[in-house]
Amino acid sequence: MELLVAIKNPLVALGRYTMVFVQDLGRIVLYFFKGFILIFSLPLQVNKILQQIYFIGMKSVFVVCLTGAFTGMVLGLQGYYLLVKYGSTGILGSAVALSLVREMGPVLAAVMVIARGGSAMAAEIGIMRISEQIDALETMDIDPIRYLVSPRIAAALISFPLLTALFDVVGILGGYLTGSVLLGVNPELYFSRVESSVALADVSGGFIKSIVFAAIVVSICCYQGFYTHTRTEFGAKGVSQSTTSAVVLSCVMILIADYALTSFLL
Amino acid sequence: MDQPLIEIENVVKCFGSNCVLNGVNLSIYRGQITSIIGQSGMGKSVLLKHIIGLLTPDSGRVLFEGKPLVSMKKDERKVLKRKFSYVFQDTALFDFLNVFENIALPLMENTAHVETQIKDRVQNKLHQLDLYDIENKYPSQLSGGMKKRVALARALVTDPEIVLFDEPTTGLDPIRKTAVHSMISDYQKRFGFTGIIVSHEIPDVFFISQRIAMLNEGQICFEGSPEEVQQTADPLVRNYIRGLESPHDELTGVASQSLGQKRLTREMFRLQRHHRPFSIVLLSVENLEDVDRIAGHVAGQTALKNFANFVKNNIYLTDICFRYDMNKIMVVLPDTDVDQAGMFCDKLSRNLDTDAIFNSSEQRKGLCFAVSAGIAQARGNSQIESMLSNVEKRQNIFWECRI
Repeated sequence: MELLVAIKNPLVALGRYTMVFVQDLGRIVLYFFKGFILIFSLPLQVNKILQQIYFIGMKSVFVVCLTGAFTGMVLGLQGYYLLVKYGSTGILGSAVALSLVREMGPVLAAVMVIARGGSAMAAEIGIMRISEQIDALETMDIDPIRYLVSPRIAAALISFPLLTALFDVVGILGGYLTGSVLLGVNPELYFSRVESSVALADVSGGFIKSIVFAAIVVSICCYQGFYTHTRTEFGAKGVSQSTTSAVVLSCVMILIADYALTSFLL
Repeated sequence: MDQPLIEIENVVKCFGSNCVLNGVNLSIYRGQITSIIGQSGMGKSVLLKHIIGLLTPDSGRVLFEGKPLVSMKKDERKVLKRKFSYVFQDTALFDFLNVFENIALPLMENTAHVETQIKDRVQNKLHQLDLYDIENKYPSQLSGGMKKRVALARALVTDPEIVLFDEPTTGLDPIRKTAVHSMISDYQKRFGFTGIIVSHEIPDVFFISQRIAMLNEGQICFEGSPEEVQQTADPLVRNYIRGLESPHDELTGVASQSLGQKRLTREMFRLQRHHRPFSIVLLSVENLEDVDRIAGHVAGQTALKNFANFVKNNIYLTDICFRYDMNKIMVVLPDTDVDQAGMFCDKLSRNLDTDAIFNSSEQRKGLCFAVSAGIAQARGNSQIESMLSNVEKRQNIFWECRI
């Protein structure tokens, strides 16, 4: 039916989808702020936040290190073959470090957490929704957003910058591995370029990005799971729909937000 | 009658083009158990969710003590919500928490109880529901019946004022089913809570409810006492109840109440037509609640089952015994006068012993099982109603065992 409307009148369909998308974004922002404010409601849910830090942060360390190392190595490799043409392999350290700290660290660390933790969040909360566990919380006068979403928001806001930092450091070491160990760039020069070119503004810019990405990822993923019951599909299919849209929407929104933030920060 | 605690006024709820509730009007009174019966898919659970505020009506309103739920302020709703408890049809246990954490959650999140108090209360509820050594298990490791009882424990652990049960006994075996019913009834007597039960367990819910409401095609088509519902001439209600009633009582294995009533009517007809006398004996277990309290509801229901079996084995083929009430067995003795019925009671009391009632493991100190008997003989001009009220009045303890 919707397809028919889209074929007959694509502009109307486009307008409708845009309206729904913008409305959803508005709801997600409100949902995030509600969850964020409830982090500070007493008694503080310290245990739950720690559990979520373990899940979102600690359990992502391996995958972040792995992707960080290969990203750095590939940057070292590509950077070397580009710079060698101009005879300026000495600035490889700057090229690798700046691309990682400003751009690739926050984005790729966030994408890795979406793949590992974000999809799990959407699925977990989605299953709780379809099995009436969220309704059960409401009947017990336990605010489901405070109980389920706030600890995840707090944990993501803490974990994302730390994972980004880890990604950056491992990436820089990866760049060193290919640039210096394999291709012979002077190691001292590599690290001195890293040190001299990366300013505090780059690092803090990367952290601001990672904090914004944390907010985007956690609110989109939790929101998609939380409202599984409003989808066109029910039950397990609804959960799979929620998980898919959580991952796709978070990735897209991260790239859009990355562009917007970069244009502000530069 | 008093002002209703909860009033449902013209509630309409549609999901897309499917209108599940179509102008429901229902009053729930304080301290009573109201059962909502009706065929599957008629919107009973949806109605229950409107009462607790999980769903909001498309039109119409739900009032609590005369005040509409929608006009309540946030704080008022919070206070109100804490008075409620809800037992979900599919249990809705938190699958990431173990049994102990599931039951303790409402206490830990909303009350200032210390850990030892919470532990005691949880243990207490678990034992009352015949659940042992499962505190550290997760819901996925439990059987369906166990999950159901854990969900009941979670709902009752806060000692709520109003409890909504959405098919609390579906999937339980007969003993545990009646144990849950007896627990609900027992709690209601002790704490005076208001209960709303959605159930298909007929006639069991008639024993524990004060009011019955039947939901059909989105509207309440019948509302009244259990006696009224059983005597109604409304073909819809009659067909529904007859369709569900089994000729035998599920717990005790003796005849069901409706079959017993039919036999009573037949005997009365025989008396009037052929002057054949008959007597009825009402055997009431007087302190089933004490057994429930000391040994648990399952032990209580097992004792009742054993007693009913004992009675069944001690009557003649032409006699009939049936479950008359939650804790009452009635025996209809054709061609028997009141003296012979008395001799029948004497014979029962001589033959009855503790081992026949209690399993050896349940012979706990302080346990008492007392049975009283009321006897009435039907005479030419007797009415069944007057006979029944006589037999209920003329009760005296004829057998008692204490451990």
